[in-house]
Amino acid sequence: MSLLERRAVMSQLLRSRGDALVVTGLGSTTYDAFAAGDSPLTFYLWGAMGSAAMVGLGLANAQRRRRIVVVTGDGEMLMGLGSLATIGAARPANFAVVVIDNGLYAETGMQRTHTAHGVDLAAVARGCGFAVAETIRSQAELDGLEQALYSGAGPIFAAIKVSPEPTRIELAPRDGPYLRSRFREALLGEDAHR
Amino acid sequence: MNTPAWPDALYEELLAAGVKQVAYVPDAGHRRLIELAHANHHLKAVVLTTEEEGIGLAVGAYLGGERSVLLLQSSGVGNCINALSLPAECRIPLLMLITMRGEFGEFNPWQIAMGQGTRPALEAMRVIVYRVDDAERVVETARAAATVAFETGRSVAVLLGQRLIGAKVFRK
Repeated sequence: MSLLERRAVMSQLLRSRGDALVVTGLGSTTYDAFAAGDSPLTFYLWGAMGSAAMVGLGLANAQRRRRIVVVTGDGEMLMGLGSLATIGAARPANFAVVVIDNGLYAETGMQRTHTAHGVDLAAVARGCGFAVAETIRSQAELDGLEQALYSGAGPIFAAIKVSPEPTRIELAPRDGPYLRSRFREALLGEDAHR
Repeated sequence: MNTPAWPDALYEELLAAGVKQVAYVPDAGHRRLIELAHANHHLKAVVLTTEEEGIGLAVGAYLGGERSVLLLQSSGVGNCINALSLPAECRIPLLMLITMRGEFGEFNPWQIAMGQGTRPALEAMRVIVYRVDDAERVVETARAAATVAFETGRSVAVLLGQRLIGAKVFRK
């Protein structure tokens, strides 16, 4: 079975997003999401490694009627592993965390991450109380996730095993106030500036 | 132990400031505030495993249109350092209420390094720091901090001194 390709995975997951709010982790998932198509309702992180899932939880608490999807890398998720416990305790039903797992720190020279040494992120999420927690390896499983991500009761966790093949860096906007304001304007309208 | 009145007044001030999410790593000095937050079903009280999670949460809350507060102890400030770059770079409000250890009347030597390093560490990360040691000034200081944080999009910390909250007593 051939490994899934990260850019194709991101494109497939985001094509069904509708009005969902998306947060991406620094590095490859930010590039992947931008390559798949920019949106003001995508908040790209360029730093604060380990924070992506928690940014998503703050959003999920504030916007209970919207679907919130965090897409991040395995290295970024590992740095904020405790946040899975925090999300498990909070149990937001409108929330999903997706880890694009290549088993590598791609930004820093392709060193192996803990997942390449056998650490099972879905098992961690399951132990933390996520309503759904699975590891995705095949196209059929990915097709199922694409549907569940935006409709299933959360919190949902999925680790998607992808090819370690390097991808081109696609430079998403990285001006913080711009990303902040366009997101809030698209979500809150005039209230963004109150 | 007598119960001080300022935590209840501080709670009312946070509600008046429009805070909807209360994130915390427990501390004895925040005990009352945490109880009140959990008892109010209009608030989302979020227990964290480590303080830096609260920085991400505050950013997400603001992006979603809600104000939040982060309650922590001075020892937890050290856990927040790199995460503080996120609200700083995005000019997103962050309000932190920090109970102090490692200073006035401290018993535990292991608290001293971070307690003494709390203010310089925050200031190194561009956090505006206020301090209060007098119970009568807690509310006005919190109000001023909330105004600066939420109206100007800055990170603001209020240090609640050990003289205010009382040094932890260990019986030998």
